[in-house]
Amino acid sequence: MSSETKQILTTDGIPLEISLKKAERKNKIKAFLLVAPLLLFLIITYIFPIGEMFTRSIDDKMITNMLPKTFKSMETWDGKELPSEEVFASFLSDFKILVEKKEHGKLAQRLNKEKNGFNTITKKLFRQVKRNKIDETQSIKEQIMKVHKRWRNVEYWQAIKRTAPPYTSAKYLKAMDMYLNEDNKITQVSEDRRIHRILWLRTVEVAFFVTVFCFLMGYPIAHLLATLPMKYSNLLMICVLLPFWTSLLVRTASWMILLQQQGVVNDFFVLIGLVSDDNRPEMMYNKVGTYVAMTQILLPFMVLPLYSVMKTISPSLMRAGKSLGGTPFVAFWKVYFPLTIPGIGAGCLLVFILAIGYYITPALVGGASGTLISNQIAYHMKTTLDWSFASAMGLMLLGGVLVIYWLYNKLVGVDNIKLG
Amino acid sequence: MSKNTEFVKFDKVDKSYDGKVLVVKDLNLNISEGEFITMLGPSGSGKTTCLMMLAGFETPTNGEIYLDSNPISNIPPHKRGIGMVFQNYALFPHMTVYENLAFPLRVRKVQKDEIDKKVDKALSMVSLSGFESRMPAQLSGGQQQRVAVARALVFDPAVVLMDEPLGALDKNLRESMQYEIKHIHENIGVTVVYVTHDQGEALTMSNRIAVFNDGKVQQLSSPDKLYEEPVNSFVAEFIGENNTFGGEVTDISKDVCKVKLQNGEILANPISVTSKGDKTTVSIRPERALINPKDKMDNNQTGKIEEVIYHGDHTRVRLDLLGNKEFILKVPNSSNELDLKLGNEIKVGWNSQDARALDPK
Repeated sequence: MSSETKQILTTDGIPLEISLKKAERKNKIKAFLLVAPLLLFLIITYIFPIGEMFTRSIDDKMITNMLPKTFKSMETWDGKELPSEEVFASFLSDFKILVEKKEHGKLAQRLNKEKNGFNTITKKLFRQVKRNKIDETQSIKEQIMKVHKRWRNVEYWQAIKRTAPPYTSAKYLKAMDMYLNEDNKITQVSEDRRIHRILWLRTVEVAFFVTVFCFLMGYPIAHLLATLPMKYSNLLMICVLLPFWTSLLVRTASWMILLQQQGVVNDFFVLIGLVSDDNRPEMMYNKVGTYVAMTQILLPFMVLPLYSVMKTISPSLMRAGKSLGGTPFVAFWKVYFPLTIPGIGAGCLLVFILAIGYYITPALVGGASGTLISNQIAYHMKTTLDWSFASAMGLMLLGGVLVIYWLYNKLVGVDNIKLG
Repeated sequence: MSKNTEFVKFDKVDKSYDGKVLVVKDLNLNISEGEFITMLGPSGSGKTTCLMMLAGFETPTNGEIYLDSNPISNIPPHKRGIGMVFQNYALFPHMTVYENLAFPLRVRKVQKDEIDKKVDKALSMVSLSGFESRMPAQLSGGQQQRVAVARALVFDPAVVLMDEPLGALDKNLRESMQYEIKHIHENIGVTVVYVTHDQGEALTMSNRIAVFNDGKVQQLSSPDKLYEEPVNSFVAEFIGENNTFGGEVTDISKDVCKVKLQNGEILANPISVTSKGDKTTVSIRPERALINPKDKMDNNQTGKIEEVIYHGDHTRVRLDLLGNKEFILKVPNSSNELDLKLGNEIKVGWNSQDARALDPK
């Protein structure tokens, strides 16, 4: 609005806009207060932890803080020849402080990760410092180089310099089975050590097929639910929702009972003569078990959005399709199916996103060939305690989900989703 | 070219959904080619079931339906070639108007340019040319209705079924759509089977009306006959307004009978009474009873005005007449000289020809 347009006043002479704001302010405050607990909850339990995860996954400040003077003096070093006397001197002074704080062990550990062999030479240097063998009036460079021949090797100094930046992408590269080599180039790890990429692919594959299976099974069920008379559809709905009322662990455990080699399903196969008793197929501790159990557990997430969409499709549309001359299949494919796409989109997105981060079920029935990336994350959280690596993988998973969401939005449109 | 008077034929059709109750009982109905026939009746009278059986969405429990002399009970809906307009339009919401109309042609593998031509023609028939690329949701109720009609006609079906197609429209639109559908029918001469519970709609549009009640056709005749000469008290009651007296026949000749009421006696036209002592309901249309009749009439009574309701073009007067406190008169707005005041006693007269003695209620 330009200032030239005449201001509209209320009957009391207050400008209309101000009056309106005043009248609405109370409602706005009320609305905000109602939302505030949830907002706070989300910030504390969701946004803050994700931020924390992110900083942890790229954090590499430890050495930056341990060797401040060294890195300062290294700034002018070209990294090709051995560094100057000044660098050696500042390294020694940093190191002395660490020795006083008894933190030199940590430094050795971290540097050893960067390049093998640091452990030994740091210990040697520590002993020299402890015994005050280093005379600061003479060339420190010469003295340190005498401690061990590796201190004379420029590669070790390059390794120190590489740890200088406070942030690192190493964890992300590691999750993709890659690392930064001495020349700051992204390199693949040797073939026998590439485990993560297989896990990522397997996770996507399992999530994809679980989504497909859920869709294939859920679509007819949802259709039946939406078209049956109320008294039957209620019963069927309870059957669909029953898994929701049972603990996830119990359900997974019951699948273990069913699927194991001496389990109910195998017994049945033997009984009807499908397989011989001494040749029972393994249906658990592999991908089969993961597929079966996850499909059953995630099925309601497919059925419910589909059901809610199908419920709104008038049965007269199918009739119209048929009366206009379409065969039942044509009427279904041209009329009914396109109208269920919002439900399909919502169901598939929901199941896929849940499946891609699934943990308990693959952990229990997956075995070696059925574990997913989430199990790897849990392993690093609980066993190796490499939290920054776990954080990096978790964030990559989150990023992947966001990419899928974005793709879905491009292809189908998020407005087209109908969850209920 | 003689028209086939048995173009659609219901032959002894029964229908039951649960094996206990008959929704349609022994239906025999012939519809001639090019006719506009309306199935009229209260909800639950079986009229929609009849339509669904004709369309192929329900199967007759007994009997057979013939379309152009061919039995159709075993033909699935999509092969019957019957156009249908649904109650809630049933336009495909994800298709444009053009795609909706092209659907029946595409499934029949019609050539593209032929489809364009036919869609164009059908749309101009319902005066919606230029709306091809709209989505159904962007149209008003009346426009959606017209698209639905055009879609049911675009593939030149022999019969078009309409299941209360105007039910969701407001009053004015409903009336103009009635004329529009009627004109379309007159122009292209398609056979139309129309289902409604709105008698006004039935009366204005149809060649013949079949009044349904309780699974049976109560009367099948042209609109004017249906209104003027109802054959039983249900039809008299259901079509238009109606004043009734319950009584007993005391004397009967060829054209006239005497009916004894609770307090009084009137002369009536014997329709479904045959002998003395028969119970009967006498039905008189409100506009057939006149106040202070100038011509000589054979029924003359005095009634007390209970209520006067102004209706614009006419005034409705409720009388207490011969013990019937719901006796309605319609007084045209032109007759100003009448003194219609509450409590006044007025003279009312009617011809015994217009008082039809029907079956007792």
